[in-house]
This record gives sequence, C-alpha cells and structure tokens, in this order.
Amino acid sequence: MHIMEGYLPVKHAIGWSIASAPFLGLGLHRISRWTRDNPSGKLFLGACAGFAFVLSALKIPSVTGSCSHPTGIGLGAVLLGPFPMMVLGTIVLLFQALFLAHGGLTTLGANAFSMCIVGSFLAWGVNRTAIGLRVPQGGALFMAAALSDLGTYMVTSFQLGLAFPSVQGGVLASTAKFFVIFVPTQLPLAISEGLLTVFVVNLLRSHLGNDKRFPVLNGAS
Amino acid sequence: METKTKNILLVGGTVAMSVFALAFPRPATGEPFGGSDDQACAAIAEIDPGYKPWFSSLWEPPSGEIESLIFGLQAASGAGVLCYALGFWRGRRRTEGENA
Repeated sequence: MHIMEGYLPVKHAIGWSIASAPFLGLGLHRISRWTRDNPSGKLFLGACAGFAFVLSALKIPSVTGSCSHPTGIGLGAVLLGPFPMMVLGTIVLLFQALFLAHGGLTTLGANAFSMCIVGSFLAWGVNRTAIGLRVPQGGALFMAAALSDLGTYMVTSFQLGLAFPSVQGGVLASTAKFFVIFVPTQLPLAISEGLLTVFVVNLLRSHLGNDKRFPVLNGAS
Repeated sequence: METKTKNILLVGGTVAMSVFALAFPRPATGEPFGGSDDQACAAIAEIDPGYKPWFSSLWEPPSGEIESLIFGLQAASGAGVLCYALGFWRGRRRTEGENA
C-alpha cells in the first residue's frame, strides 16, 4: 500500500502529513503512559511492533498474479488500543522508506494515515463491534485484522484517486481504477493476516495466561 | 478442538492460500507476481502522463540482492523480538507454576 516516494503532489503530501500528526502525537503520549503504568510494558510494545515488522516484510503472491504484503497492524491495535499502534506502524513505514526505498518520506503522512491510523481504528472498532454482537473472540479478531488490512488499501486507492483524478469521471473513476489494482490482490492476503493474527493471539494466550489487561486473550481461539 | 490443532490449521491455511495463488493464471502484461505498488505507479503514468515525481528516495538498495538482505533483516528482527517476548512469558509462567 505504500505510495512511492514523490508520487503525491506537494499539497497532498503536506495535507496528509498534517492530518496524521495529531494522531501520532496522541499515540506517543499513550505509549509513554502505557510504559509507565505497566511492568514489562515495553515488551508488549516490542512484540506488537515485531509482528508488524514481520508481516510487512512478507510479500505474498495473490490470485491476481501480483504480490503485496499484509500490514500487521490489527494485532497491536486490538491488544494495546488504536493509538500506540499508530506510532509503531509509522516506525515500520519509516524503516521501509529509509532503507528499502519502499514508500517514502514525502508520502509518509499519507501512508501513515491509511495503514496506521485508519488501519488501527478499523481493527479496534471491528473487534469491539463484533464482540458486542456476541461473535466469538477468534472470529472477531480475524475480522478485525482482515478488515484493517483491506481498509488500508481502500484508503490508499482513495488517496491516489484524489491526487490523480481522471479527465473523465474525476476522483471517483480514478479511485475505482486504483481500487481494482489493490483490493482484489489484497483480499487473500487480508484473510492470511486474519489467520496469522488469531494464531499469534493463541500463542500469547497460552504463554501469558489470563492477563486481565487484555480481554482479547480471555476467549481467543 | 485443541488450541494446538487450531494453530496448525491457522498456519497451514495461510501457507495453502499463497501456494494456491501461484497456480492462478498470470496477467498477460507486466512482470508475473510483481508488486501492486508498481502497478499503481503505472496507473498514475496512464492517468497523468505529465506527472514527474518531485522527490526521490534518499537512498535505494543498490541491487535486488541488497534489497532482499534488508527485507530479510526486517523480518528477522521482528520475529526475534516477538519470539523473545513469547519465550520470556512462557518461562515466567512456568516458574510461577513451580513456586505456587
């Protein structure tokens, strides 16, 4: 989902950076509060960041004949709440922008907005809603991670559509064009990300036991 | 179902899905199993042929090999931290069980 370096017009690049900044500021604040209030809190942050590092390094083939990668945002957003994960996800984006020429510094704001901010809110919100509807925890978690992954790529499509409206049909037509590139490829990957997230939460539950801080660990499967 | 069985199915399902994807017909144009990011760049060039990226990456991996090295490092460091945490918690839980 990374919009490549320099591929957003200056105004868009600045606009998305301004839009992302307050969320990341709040995220940093929540992280410092979390590490202060929780013994071995840093290890939780590390584990969630680690999962995002692994998943976003895996370029997986899809049924459309192209490759893409999952985001790994859902796990941390459900476990820690949406705000800390926004910062951890942005670190992943920064790493890839600096050392892999994947994404970029000028597009960091836009990429952080789609993957970290929308992705985190989606995962957290879907999990909450599903639990409210009495979906078993494993299913709720699967939907949270998969929809957060898919939603990220939908936002990317919209960001590109907004920046490059078609001569005929404008923003909507060109959003649809990017949507067709990203979303069908991402569909099986989103399912994979959902399965892997449930797997890791199962491991966490086996090894952490019934940690009261994380209601999600009480009933995953 | 036991958690262990479920975990095997979860990981097996993920692997099966990507292997299954390889069997699908490749698109007539473009590199087979290329990145969807590159396709997006091609689409931008199609919509707005005059657009020139106004900034380029400060540093690019000099070759595909170096790029795969850094991707490997990214995955390994992430897995390292995640598995350190899992092992740490597993060990702590075991010792707590012995002391109780």
